[in-house]
Parts: sequence; structure tokens; C-alpha cells
Amino acid sequence: MKLAEPQGIASAFREIKSHAQSQWRGLRSGKPVIMVGTATCGRAAGALEVLQTIKGELKKHRLDCPVFEVGCMGHCYAEPIVTITKPGFPPICYGQVNPVIAQRLVREFILGDDPCLEFVLGALEKNELVPSFFDFPRAEFEKKIILKNCGHINPEHIEHYIANGGYGALVKALQLEPEEIIAQVKSSGLRGRGGAGFSTGGKWEVCRNAKGKPKYLICNGDEGDPGAFMDRAILESDPHSVLEGMLIAGYAIGARYGYIYVRAEYPLAVQRTRLALRQARKLKLLGKNILGGDFSFDIKLFQGSGAFVCGEETALITSLEGKAGTPYHRPPYPATSGLYGKPTVVNNVKTLAYLHHVIQDGAKRFASIGTAKSKGTAVFALAGKVVNTGLTEVPMGTTLRQVIFDVGSGIKEGKHFKAVQIGGPSGGCLPESALDLPIDFDSLAGAGAMMGSGGMIVLDEDDCMVEIARYFLEFTQRESCGKCTFCRLGTKQMLQVLDEFTKGKGKIEDLALLSELAEDIKAGSLCGLGRTAPNPVLSTLRFFHDEYEAHIKEGRCPALMCRDLIAYYIIPEKCERTCDACVGSCTVEAISSHPTKRYKIIDQTKCVKCGTCLTACPPQYSAVVKLSPPSLVPKSK
Amino acid sequence: MTEEQAKLKKQTRRILQRFGKNRGNLIPILQQVQGNLGYLPREAMLEVARFLDIPAIDVYGVVTFYNQFRLQPPGRHSIRVCLGTACHMKGGYITLDAWKRRLDIDRGQTTPDREFDLDTVACVGCCVMAPVTVVDDKPQGKVEPTKVDGILLSFKLEKK
Repeated sequence: MKLAEPQGIASAFREIKSHAQSQWRGLRSGKPVIMVGTATCGRAAGALEVLQTIKGELKKHRLDCPVFEVGCMGHCYAEPIVTITKPGFPPICYGQVNPVIAQRLVREFILGDDPCLEFVLGALEKNELVPSFFDFPRAEFEKKIILKNCGHINPEHIEHYIANGGYGALVKALQLEPEEIIAQVKSSGLRGRGGAGFSTGGKWEVCRNAKGKPKYLICNGDEGDPGAFMDRAILESDPHSVLEGMLIAGYAIGARYGYIYVRAEYPLAVQRTRLALRQARKLKLLGKNILGGDFSFDIKLFQGSGAFVCGEETALITSLEGKAGTPYHRPPYPATSGLYGKPTVVNNVKTLAYLHHVIQDGAKRFASIGTAKSKGTAVFALAGKVVNTGLTEVPMGTTLRQVIFDVGSGIKEGKHFKAVQIGGPSGGCLPESALDLPIDFDSLAGAGAMMGSGGMIVLDEDDCMVEIARYFLEFTQRESCGKCTFCRLGTKQMLQVLDEFTKGKGKIEDLALLSELAEDIKAGSLCGLGRTAPNPVLSTLRFFHDEYEAHIKEGRCPALMCRDLIAYYIIPEKCERTCDACVGSCTVEAISSHPTKRYKIIDQTKCVKCGTCLTACPPQYSAVVKLSPPSLVPKSK
Repeated sequence: MTEEQAKLKKQTRRILQRFGKNRGNLIPILQQVQGNLGYLPREAMLEVARFLDIPAIDVYGVVTFYNQFRLQPPGRHSIRVCLGTACHMKGGYITLDAWKRRLDIDRGQTTPDREFDLDTVACVGCCVMAPVTVVDDKPQGKVEPTKVDGILLSFKLEKK
């Protein structure tokens, strides 16, 4: 598929680019520019109200400065985030902005010249005036490649992407032979970011050489792992980077059609991707004869319907064909026989987003980052009991400790780190002893976890390891498609055993049964869901055996989490008798005063163990405590 | 055929006009139909099967396989409690209990007055706001039992 006139493509793109650049420069024409992060995380924190307030204030003061929405910068703990670039000042990010702060920012900073230092999160550039993000400890460890644009450009304007170098790699790729691109991607060492870590270039080569037409390219955006949200963030913050990657991949494998499969639970990602497709088509970057050349490629957006198993590539393909998403046996791999039996490449959102950089900056540059076998960076979604929840991108080979304690600033409220759950339902829980493990595709597997899609849930002393194992198994059990007996019935049996553990009804011999079932399910399941479903149980059994024993032998939950094994109790000596905070807070009216002594008593038969009284009790009294086992509660007279 | 059934059939047919007759369109069709009708009544599913010329059981099989499709009419307000890992560890299950208690329905059900329907969702990707409840498609952060009461109260006030 050699192109007739490569110069024609380049010059067509030059025109588009210069138009985009002049638009982008126009934003910096001496007026302050305001950017509001409105990805889903920002919206949940109230970013749209902030945006409305800012627009309203500007109108009220007859100020005409550009205000636009951007995606997620990764600092989710500080949402909603507003970035203001005012001439004479560095670009400054404000965190946890509410409508009141937004109003002040407009009045005092835009109208006046006071940068409101008390609300500053950090500046985007090094400067003398305000501390910048480069002064944060995390700056030393982070290296942003695919998150670079996120939070800095408007995902709804293709011009912003193009002005920042976007689609340049596509133009470069279109002037190469497809085989050259495959060779470059292979030599870059790029491995699939969906979890399995298969060589991207290798997969492409198989597909390109496979017989059968047409060939298909599928972008897997069915990010179903609970606790992972990087694909959502990329599609919401920089959708064009994924489209560009798809175009390059499509050209390389010789595909004419592509699909983006996005989870139904991500409505904003769907909306922004759909808009991006429309914009790219309008500029002739997508569709028939792209940029006037010979290459034609079109992309269809397909919305998932809420089935975790569809993240598995063969199940995803079955789902695209309009059926219930059940996986099928590999080989043949989709690269030789996939969608409608034709050669198909399925690549993850992040894998595709890397392609711009691999082609633009060269394979060597990409291969220089990371470890010997895992090249480039890894994107993690940090959540749970860590201070700086959000997204981060670090070179492969960074240790867990650096990610959690340096990037994430450690554990909330000064509590102790207990474990980190990596890789979602397919991964495992790693204890403190594993923290110095450099993260790459292979090291984590050795420790009993896996990188998976990159969700990282940090757990502290208040989290019960038996419960988290039970939680994941409940999830995989519910999401099992039912095709393989071991996965369908085996997980159910395991769940039953774990349910009994968390209720204090377990038997010690059940521990052996759990391990046995786990091995059988691993061996007897067709797809990744079943084969990895026992991992959370196995890893917790391995590293937190004592917690299992406490549940079984003593009916005690050491983390005070399992509701059947704890009771809330108000210590009479500590109770400030004239205070009524807990009584009013109780959602089921289970708390009353002692008839004569007036200290508060919880009616254990009514209590639903929601913990509201514990938060309601003023810290200077701290009279409410959790006890395990519940038999520790003294009998009231 | 009742008037209601005829109406559902007609509405479904109108949506079907926008689609080609290939099986690959089944899921997008069902999404559209549910988007318009709020759920997938029997009449609609039969109509879709006829249109694509596939057995009705295939349509039903797909509808019951995916979590997003519902067979019952929805309530006026939708409550979706996130049970992703972060939400669960921060007490999402306690929040779910609070919703169940206040609405007096189980997950997957609609209140008898069709005011609310309650369900869970695997993860909406706002893990940092845990525990999250998506109320009428808007993710609300840090929804604990007391906030459940607060949200319900604001709906009550709105109605007045």
C-alpha cells in the first residue's frame, strides 16, 4: 500500500497544523486563560458548578477571557482543579476549588493581581513566586508520556491536540512502509498494557501476515477492573491520542476498519470519543483517503453493556458480533482468526496511546525508558488509603514503595500500611515485604500478583484481608460467564467458604479446601477471568494467614471490618453524658441514654453497624469503639 | 394486544428504522431501545428478534447476560451504588444497606411508587471519591448513610 504522493499528505497536514497552532496561540493572546478539569472525577467533586460560577463571574465583571474544560491531571485527590494562566504569572493550579473559591479567584486574581496563594496546589512551571509541581517529591519519580496532555488540553478540541504535536506521528507513519512501522514498534519493546504484556509489534506482524480480508483493529476500552480508571482518564482527557494510535496500528496491519469498545459505565468517555471521531473525520484524518492519500480507515464506537468478562479479547470479539460475551478457545489467536473469523488485532487504550510517542520520538528513545524486558512507563491508578489518590505514570522498574510513599505520599491519617492490591480481581495483595519490588510485567507475577491494567488499591490496618479476598471472589463469581464448569461452580464454592469465614463460621480444614479449589479453577478455566480468579485468595492466604486463623479460630476480625464479627460499643466512662451527637447520628435509632446515668447505650439488636456514631462522636471524647469478637461487649445492667 | 403493548411495539419499530439488519447491531439496538423506553419490555425484544430474523431466545439471552439491560421499568430517579474495590473498602456495602433500608427495596428493584430504582455498579472510575453513588447519572462522592438521608431529603424538598 505504497502512497502515491507522500508530499501531498505532509502538505495537507501542514495546513491543518498551522490553523490549529494559530488557534492555540490565540489562547495566549495576553488575556488570562482559565482551565477547569471536568473529567468524571472532577465532576463528582463538583467541577461543573465551579465552571458555571467562573463563567457567571466573568460575565458579571464583563471580562472576556477564554475558559475551557480540560481532562484529568492525575491529581484526583485535589479535584476540582482549576488552572489559571495569567500573563506575568506562571500557570497556577488551584485544588479543591468550590464555587466560593472560584468566585474569589476571578475577583482577586483575574480582576485584581492577587494569586490567592492559600488555595494554590502548585504551579506548572518552576518560578520564584509559588511552589511548582516540580518541587513535589513525586516529580522525581514521575515520567509522563501518555498522560502528558491530560489536563492541559481541551479534549473536545482537536486543534489543541494537533497544536501540541498530535497526529504528527500519523503523518510520519503514512510515509513509511507498514513493515517498517512494525519493525520500529517491535524494536521499541512496547508490550500490551492490557495486562498480559504481549509484544505489540509481534502481534501486529502475525496479523499483517495472516490470510483473510478484511482485517480489523479493535481498541479495548472495556476497563472493567474495579479500582482501575486510567483508560477512562485517557479517553476523557486525550481521546485523539488513542485515535491516532489506532490509525497507525490500522495502517501497519493493513486494516480498513476499527472499533473502539468502551465500557457503558463511562458515559463521558463515550461522549468525548464520539466527538473526537467526528472532528477527525471532518479534517480528513479519518475515513476514506486520509489526508488525500491512499490509506482509508474508519472507526466505529461500540458501547459495552456491563460485563466484566468482555475485557477478555475473545469475549470482547463475541460481544462485538452481537452475542453474549463468552470467550472462546485460543489458539487460533484473534491475530489470525478474530472478528467474524478475520485477522484481528486487539490492543488496549494505553498501548495505542503510546504509539504516537514511539513513532514520533523514535523506538530508541522509548526503549531507553524502563527495565530490560519491560520498556516505557507504567500508568497506575492509586486509590484506597493513600494520601494522593489519582493517576500516575512512572518508568517501568520503579518500586512499589516509591509509587505508594513518594508519589502517593503514604498512608492517610498516619495509619500503617498493610497491603497493596494490584491488578484487580486477577491480581493479588502484596504485603510490606514486597514493597521494594521493581514493578514490571514479570516481577509482579513472581510475587503472586500481576500488573493487570494497573489499578492499585492501598490498604491499611483497618482493612480486612479475608474480606478483600471475599469481595474479589464475589465479583468474579458474579461476572463469570458460566461457560467453564470450574469457574462457574468452583468460584461459588470458594465464595461460600469465604463467606463463612467472614461470619466466624469457618472450619480450619476449609483452608486446605480453598487452596485445592483455587488450583483446580486455575487449571480448568478457558479464559483469564477464571484462570486468575483465585489469585486474590491465594495471595492473601500466603501473606496474611494469621488473619484467616483469627477469623476461624477466635471469631475475631483483627482489622475490625467484618460486620458479623464486630460490635460498636460506647464506653460509659468516656461518654460525655450531656452530648447527644451519636443519638442524632444513628440512622436506625439504636442509641438511647441510660435512664438515670445518662451515658449512651447502643441497642445491639437494632444496630446495623454502619459506623456513623463512631464518626459522630467528637474526637475529644472518642467514646465509641469497635470490639471484636462481639462477645467483648459488657452486658448492660 | 393491549394499547400499551401496541405502543411499545410502535416505538420499537421507529428505533429499528435507523439500523441495518445484521446481528452485530443487536447490542446497539437494545441500548437505543432501552434508552428510549427506559427498559426492555417483552414486546420490544420480540420486535427486535423479528427485525434481525433471529430466535427470540437469542435476544433474551443477550439481554440477561449484560448487566446494563433491565427487564423492569425504571424509577423516576436512578440510584447506582458503586461497589468497586475502593468504594467497597470504604464502606460501599454499608451505603448500599442504607439505601435498601430507606427505600425498602433490594438491589435491582424499583419502589412501588416508581420514584426510585436501586442497583449496584461494578466501578465508575471515581475511586478517589469513594464511596460513590451515582444518582441520576451524576456521580456523588463520599456517600455515607447520613448523606443517603440528605440526598433523599433533597428529592423530597424538590417535589414540594
